[in-house]
Amino acid sequence: MAPDPRGPGMELLFHLNPYSKKEEAMETAARTHAMLCGGTGCMASGTKQVKAALEEEFRKKGIGDEAKVVLSGCNGFCAKGPVMAVYPDETFYQDIRPGDVAGLVEEHFLKGRPYQKLSFKEHDKKIAIPSIHDIPFFKHQVLVVLKNKGLIDPERIEDYIMMDGYKALSRALTLMKPEEIVKVVADSGLRGRGGAGFPTGKKWELGLKIKSDEKYVVCNGDEGDPGAFMDRSVMESDPHAVIEGMILCGVATESHKGYIYVRAEYPLAVKRLQIAIDQCHEAGLLGSSILGTGFAFDLEIYQGAGAFVCGEATALMRSIEGKRGMPRPKLWRSAVKGLWDRPTILNNVETLANIPQIILNGAGWYRSLGTDESAGTKVFALTGDIANVGLVEVPMDTTLRKIIFDIGGGITKRGRKFKAVQLGGPSGGCIPEEFLDMRVTYEDIKKCGAIVGSGGMVVMDDSTCMVNTSKFFLDFTADESCGKCVPCRIGTKLMYDMLGDICEGRGKAGDIEILEDLSEDIINSSLCGLGQSAPTPVLSTIKYFRHEYEMHINNKWCPTGVCSDLCTFYIDEKLCKGCGACLRACPTTAVSGEKKKPHKINQDLCLHCRTCWESCKFNSIKILPAAARNAGEAEIEYLAGMINEAGKGSEARIM
Amino acid sequence: MVLQRERRPIMARLSIADLQKIRDENKATFTLRKGDHKAKIIVHMGTCGIAAGARSIMTALIHEIALAGREDIVVKTSGCGGLCAREPMAVIELVDQTPVIYGDLNEEKITEIFREHIMGGNPVEKYGLALGGDALF
Repeated sequence: MAPDPRGPGMELLFHLNPYSKKEEAMETAARTHAMLCGGTGCMASGTKQVKAALEEEFRKKGIGDEAKVVLSGCNGFCAKGPVMAVYPDETFYQDIRPGDVAGLVEEHFLKGRPYQKLSFKEHDKKIAIPSIHDIPFFKHQVLVVLKNKGLIDPERIEDYIMMDGYKALSRALTLMKPEEIVKVVADSGLRGRGGAGFPTGKKWELGLKIKSDEKYVVCNGDEGDPGAFMDRSVMESDPHAVIEGMILCGVATESHKGYIYVRAEYPLAVKRLQIAIDQCHEAGLLGSSILGTGFAFDLEIYQGAGAFVCGEATALMRSIEGKRGMPRPKLWRSAVKGLWDRPTILNNVETLANIPQIILNGAGWYRSLGTDESAGTKVFALTGDIANVGLVEVPMDTTLRKIIFDIGGGITKRGRKFKAVQLGGPSGGCIPEEFLDMRVTYEDIKKCGAIVGSGGMVVMDDSTCMVNTSKFFLDFTADESCGKCVPCRIGTKLMYDMLGDICEGRGKAGDIEILEDLSEDIINSSLCGLGQSAPTPVLSTIKYFRHEYEMHINNKWCPTGVCSDLCTFYIDEKLCKGCGACLRACPTTAVSGEKKKPHKINQDLCLHCRTCWESCKFNSIKILPAAARNAGEAEIEYLAGMINEAGKGSEARIM
Repeated sequence: MVLQRERRPIMARLSIADLQKIRDENKATFTLRKGDHKAKIIVHMGTCGIAAGARSIMTALIHEIALAGREDIVVKTSGCGGLCAREPMAVIELVDQTPVIYGDLNEEKITEIFREHIMGGNPVEKYGLALGGDALF
């Protein structure tokens, strides 16, 4: 008779672990763990259904005790969700649908073969890469903040402790003086990961020096940049790391009360943080005597209502006080007088998640990553027109090219090439191709007119209109300006309106200069970072793509066809094969023509939506200035010929 | 917003020693996910292997590991090794040692191999087929 796998061995495990219930002890003994991603992205693509299907299939196949499904935090590879990593095989699966589960379980879990249908494949290649360590997206990353991503269940404190969690805290509480902790942080060269890059050690030093009856530690989790999701993922996948960082900050600065400011739009992050805080209270990791050492520290979550300006330190603190979130003049640092006029040490989520690692491994180890001025790693949220959208962590001396092309997989859309990368969200700027070999340090990025910011990285291909892009960001900042400073409130609106005029064909000569002038005024006369950085997207695009602005204003021509009022779509008869792709794609039946004969666009019906241009495989649709709409055949042909010659077939390259 | 908090068993207040205890107790999970194991057993689970009884080999192994209380051993599966006549087969890889392939296994044999080879460190020659790993991935 076969021995029962739940035999005496299991009782032994249960006996050893007084904290676990019996079922949990059984689970611990599972031979293989399927770490299914439970980040927001994967959850939205159906993680829950996949989990149910997997468990059902394991049970059906009789390996329910051998294989265990664990919901992990964000794995980082958000583009292909739901994703799953299977241990100890270290195999990675992507894009799992409940319908695929039967095949997956049969092949991988029963027969021990990687199920190649769901394996990672490089763009345009059919070869499956089953091992998680061979996939370029994971291979080139260096994990510090995200070291537990996909390896632990964020809702189980035991999992975090297992990965050396709260070890740094134990060491700090028993063996280190506050001055020593501050010194390690200062020596590590860690700088604020929220964007400005202020040395964290300096901030803490000031916080420790100042004496007060009450001091506060605040964690800034108000991540509001469009296209940025680093902080959310850290809070979702490793909430205890943030909490440990905050307690350590409390120990180092002798404060006993902390707030985590998270926006209410991050429900999963709020939920997991709350679970983590409750667990810490139960386990005595928060409260009156942490780990029995007598040090008291308590923590609560404050949910922000989602105003972008509340990511600014002083506005954030006012918001916690229950007032309207508006910045105040920085006559004194928050570390002197912050929340409720008490000394407040405010750090970003990612900064705090770095702290336990630094205490544990030493300042020298952290310094060995990155450059002298910008030590350590940075998490970037890589999005836009690239193959592998997701969360990446790299040392700060990594080049943009490596991040975008090696990790991100490069531009994959047919016929498109890299144009610019937007760094730092609405406060950042666009970096063109010639800077691709630049390292992502605070200094280098600032030099070319952008900022590291919180780490949003939006890659744009050459079908993007830069004027329209800066209009998008201005729309955001004009909307999010709190209204306290007139230059920011009215200036951003004026700039937005001007950009709107330019995009709609009402641009005048001299507009670019007015934009630059206005930008300078807004930067110089705004109180907080929002106003001081709001014009950056405009300034950086003017700096690198001035010709594009000039074309919009002087030629009334948007060469990418994004600004619908400034373009005419025209089919080049010599190149058109008559395949009918544009004819089928056109939403207004403006395209007509017989099969295998050149097609034509009826300009009266055309909406200038660019759908036909995107569908054409032969590059036969040309984007001409708006003036060509009413021009005669001969004129159009002449224009098209000119563009062809100048751009060698690609209108986007003419610029 | 009302938070739906999950009810969990109340955990005792921890001391620093307790933290280490939790780490030790979860060593098996840690080993499994971090790849920090001392021994790896690969059971062939191709159609031929399953037909010859690889499933019971696997069950016996899991039982033995639990019984021994070892937390640094991982069990993996692989497909057919191409020598279907000698199934069920298993490969045992101890860190820093040449992997050994065993064939024609049954529950008694694998139990003996587990105790001799993995616990004792001495390969069981009489059941051995060859030296060298054949992991498919």
